Amino acid sequence: MVNLGGKSMIEVGAVLDEKVFYVNRALLKSYADASGDQNPIHQNEEFAVSVGLPNVIAHGMLTMALVGKYVTDWAGGSAAVREYSARFVKPVIVPADQNVDLTVSATVSEVDGERITLTLSATSAGVKVLGMAKAVVVK
Amino acid sequence: MLNPDSVGRTFEGADFVTVKQSEIDAFCSVISETNTTIAPPTFSIRITLDQSQEILSNPEIGLDWTRVVHGDQRFELKRPIVAGDTFKCSSTIENYKVAAGNEIVTVRSDLHSGSELVASTWSTLVVRA
Repeated sequence: MVNLGGKSMIEVGAVLDEKVFYVNRALLKSYADASGDQNPIHQNEEFAVSVGLPNVIAHGMLTMALVGKYVTDWAGGSAAVREYSARFVKPVIVPADQNVDLTVSATVSEVDGERITLTLSATSAGVKVLGMAKAVVVK
Repeated sequence: MLNPDSVGRTFEGADFVTVKQSEIDAFCSVISETNTTIAPPTFSIRITLDQSQEILSNPEIGLDWTRVVHGDQRFELKRPIVAGDTFKCSSTIENYKVAAGNEIVTVRSDLHSGSELVASTWSTLVVRA
């Protein structure tokens, strides 16, 4: 580690601490209201099942918002994020009256001056829910 | 099915969208973000996805929004969004393909405040067969 002006240098391969978020139906309702996405697959179990889903699923963008919080907590705030992308590979399934986990971790995959690329991992109930998830932050 | 002539077309949002502090507060509250002076990085989806829905649901474009699922999402942020920002949103249908009967559409949306580009987003939407 090289000390640069009191900040320790962030190295490629560094693994960030894991964090667990909890998702329930009330959070889905809050996100629907905050985002304007009132698609019933995120709130109405009967509807979700009728379109072939196993149960109510979280908005992909709620997952991305929570993983984004993980990124900004590490990077020192929302202003740090320059790029952020992810593929929604599997849904976060949210049965009634349950708090399901969203478990997030990250690895530093590139350091280019002040730009740091994080490769992000997000799982729920042991299933990978985001693919090719990356964020570029300035720290 | 999407009208193939619409690929490459850019649609200018009809209205200016002004970001309210209450909207940033609500978004922050969901993710337990305590700094509400700037919007979280994914906040712009509130503006861009709405507009994509409006454009793609237009009968002239022909996409069946009721069967849409979100495939992937990318953000490029030039600066944080703050309350009082007034945006014009332009959206371009950048890519369209059909795979295993599913239609896959990529829409790029740019948020401009005056002449300043603040955020670009790419949403890939999948219309399930």
